[in-house]
Amino acid sequence: MKTFLKAATLALSLGASTLAMAEPVKIGLITTLSGGGAGLGVDTRDGFMLAIKQSGNKDVTVITEDDAQKPELAVQIADKMIQSDEVDILTGIVWSNLLMAVVPGAVAQGKIYVSTNAAPAALAGEKCDPLYFNAAYQNDNLHEAMGEYANKGYKKMFIMAPNYPAGKDSLTGFKRYFKGAVANEVYTQVGQTDYAAEIAQIRASGADGVFAFLPGGMGIAFMKQYAQSGVKIPVMGPGFSFSQDVLPAIGDAALGAKASGQWAKDLDNAANKKFVPAFEKEYGRLPSIYAVQAYDAAQLILSAASKASVKDTAAFTAELKKADIQSPRGKFKFNTNRHPIQDIYVTEVVKDGGVLTNKIIEKIFTDHGDAYAQACKK
Amino acid sequence: MTFALAIEQLLNGVQLGVMLFLMAAGLTLIFGVMGLINLAHGSLYMVGAFACATVAAFTGSFWLGLVASLAASAAAGALIEITVIRRLYARDHLDQVLATFALILIFSEGMRWLFGSFPLYLDIPPLLEGAVALPGGAQYPLYRLAIILAGALVALGLYGLISRTRLGMRIRAGESDREMIAALGVDIRTLYTLVFALGAALAGFAGGMVGALQSVQVGMGEPVLILAFVVIVIGGIGSIKGALIGALLVGVVDTMGRLLLPQVLSLMVPPAQAGLIGGALASMLIYILMAVILAVKPRGLFPAQA
Repeated sequence: MKTFLKAATLALSLGASTLAMAEPVKIGLITTLSGGGAGLGVDTRDGFMLAIKQSGNKDVTVITEDDAQKPELAVQIADKMIQSDEVDILTGIVWSNLLMAVVPGAVAQGKIYVSTNAAPAALAGEKCDPLYFNAAYQNDNLHEAMGEYANKGYKKMFIMAPNYPAGKDSLTGFKRYFKGAVANEVYTQVGQTDYAAEIAQIRASGADGVFAFLPGGMGIAFMKQYAQSGVKIPVMGPGFSFSQDVLPAIGDAALGAKASGQWAKDLDNAANKKFVPAFEKEYGRLPSIYAVQAYDAAQLILSAASKASVKDTAAFTAELKKADIQSPRGKFKFNTNRHPIQDIYVTEVVKDGGVLTNKIIEKIFTDHGDAYAQACKK
Repeated sequence: MTFALAIEQLLNGVQLGVMLFLMAAGLTLIFGVMGLINLAHGSLYMVGAFACATVAAFTGSFWLGLVASLAASAAAGALIEITVIRRLYARDHLDQVLATFALILIFSEGMRWLFGSFPLYLDIPPLLEGAVALPGGAQYPLYRLAIILAGALVALGLYGLISRTRLGMRIRAGESDREMIAALGVDIRTLYTLVFALGAALAGFAGGMVGALQSVQVGMGEPVLILAFVVIVIGGIGSIKGALIGALLVGVVDTMGRLLLPQVLSLMVPPAQAGLIGGALASMLIYILMAVILAVKPRGLFPAQA
């Protein structure tokens, strides 16, 4: 009898703990930790790990690997993580071209992918997948917001983006909302460091505004060169062009630039007030948008894992889709195509206590989804 | 297209060319004298940029930073020559490529370890800020003009060094017959270290100057390295004169291509398409140029005597 009781208590307590935490979850985080794009990947990793650390959850293991911003390497790592590490969930890829190389194969093998950044149009519409979630946005979103913003006071825009999937999504998104004329549409090389030729075209274009989507080092180079060129046409861009990882390197040349974002450091909500100081304390720098997106991706996975077993893919993705988290962005929910519905803001680069940062000036979209959701039938 | 735009783009092309020359000169010198393919040349460019940014941030003076970029990259060059490169002269090109590729990885991760993954801040000195008006109504950034001038001075200095000094004489002798000048009693080891450090210093100088225009970050050297290789292949491997002509050619063709191709295409297809196709074609243009030149002159424009 005594042993039976003991066994029963043990079974009960085990049962209770299984309820609280369904099963160990193994996550493969593939991101860019070396080369020019490493700043973005480091913020992705750090944001993700902050949420895991805060949860104190011992059943979650994260394996991190560097993709060096190379698609072929990302695919190899994903295969290795799926086949020999036997991860349940993949996440972390920053770049759309890498994501396009990894996601179709991963979901075909029954693995869940939660994107922390890249969100190409190709995976948001007809080719969406029940196992592919995006915790960031759809690529077009922030560009659409700038198109809408440019309607207020700009008649002729010069628009520019790198020649890769997200760059094309960018200019498509901008033009979807912008009603004025496009003076010129320029695609630059990915990783380009000299923008003299483009700046000369801007000068000659007669545009009254410039929209530039140039993430990472590309934006740094462009803004510094633009400031020296004597061209005074105002510059705007999606949040990536002026995010926290590049602002210190651009310096005062970025002051006054307008950008769009679904998050900013000064956003007024309880989760954000907790997140920003926690990130600063942990890593000694301000978080960027990539850190927030990864933080939310980790929160989403943790929240689903606390309610369903990751081995039961249907139940787990159903829980993921509920998006039961406190996001530093404020409101956050998933659309029918498992991409976010969220508010989007316009920010301005200001100097706050000697540090360059983005400050919200207005809300441009409320509960904004994306243009591809209707096409997603899965 | 207006006259002012054409002038501005031409200057942009020349400025890019001058920068490429600083990189290519070192690369071709090292190949010409020592017969070594140095893939780590881009890393020395990065070392120069990081040294410039660090010293400029610490002292507040860009000029001290520039001196530091010369010193640091020359020192780094001499160091790797003595520790690694020296062992590679007698081996074949594949071994050299492998070993110097390893150096790229070591330099990149070493820099990341020292400075972190985020780009450093380096700004243009106040003296050279802003734009100046050019005849014809064009405006041009003063700093880029300064780069053109600095590059021209370096080219002149290099010409003087090689054609007028004892060191230059030895370099030329080394280019034409390595064994013979060693047999004549010239201290070939010191000469090699000097040439390598000189090439490294030129790359570091380019890195420091360009660092103020773009982002100083790990991996910044490799895209320039590829262009520098294109330049020396076009110009004729081992020839300084070829490097100068090749660099200017690549700079101007690349810049003009980026401007003109989309415009020409927009006469035939819608502007959005023209931008896409034109952009893609423009990025191929210098490689097409290289292929054409190699088809006509397989050893480049100014082949060094072998």
